[in-house]
Amino acid sequence: MTLSHFSAVLLFSLFTSVVFAITQRTHPRQMLRFGALCFVLFVGGTIAASWLMALIKR
Amino acid sequence: MPPSAPTPVSSNRTNLALLLGWLIPGAGHLLLGKRLRALLLFVSITAMFAIGVALGGKVYAPNLGDVLDMLGFVGQLGAGLLYLGTRLLGFGASSVQIAIADYGTKFIVVSGLLNVIAAVDAQRLANGRKDLA
Repeated sequence: MTLSHFSAVLLFSLFTSVVFAITQRTHPRQMLRFGALCFVLFVGGTIAASWLMALIKR
Repeated sequence: MPPSAPTPVSSNRTNLALLLGWLIPGAGHLLLGKRLRALLLFVSITAMFAIGVALGGKVYAPNLGDVLDMLGFVGQLGAGLLYLGTRLLGFGASSVQIAIADYGTKFIVVSGLLNVIAAVDAQRLANGRKDLA
């Protein structure tokens, strides 16, 4: 099995966000919001770090 | 007793939720009647573990060598029966052969750590420290 780097990021972020949402919040609505926030921060943070490293390389 | 105080429960049920949650991802929540949460936890943690193994990630054996190897073993042991079954059946790599396999190793370790968080959450639900919303 092979994955691209980006698909690995998406899968990692998805599964981790689901577990964080269920374990760190009490009510379903809060879980949905927190899970979505975690996912966006994981993926967005990775993309931001990638651009930062690309700029440093230049 | 104030209305917001945790409801006392037997320590047996609390410990059972923790133990089952560690052995099988989501089983602690299932014991407490939280079926959807149990299913989501099971799918997420099991899929993450399976993808890690499929990517050729390293499955750590008990060791007293490098600190990172010891930590890797402890992290993967958190996956409970998934880890024990993988070791018994001989799945997983003993060393990282290709770059993407390093991602696999991280997937396996993180799935174990997430399973520990989920098991502790089931224990907190069982002993009343977290609301059964």
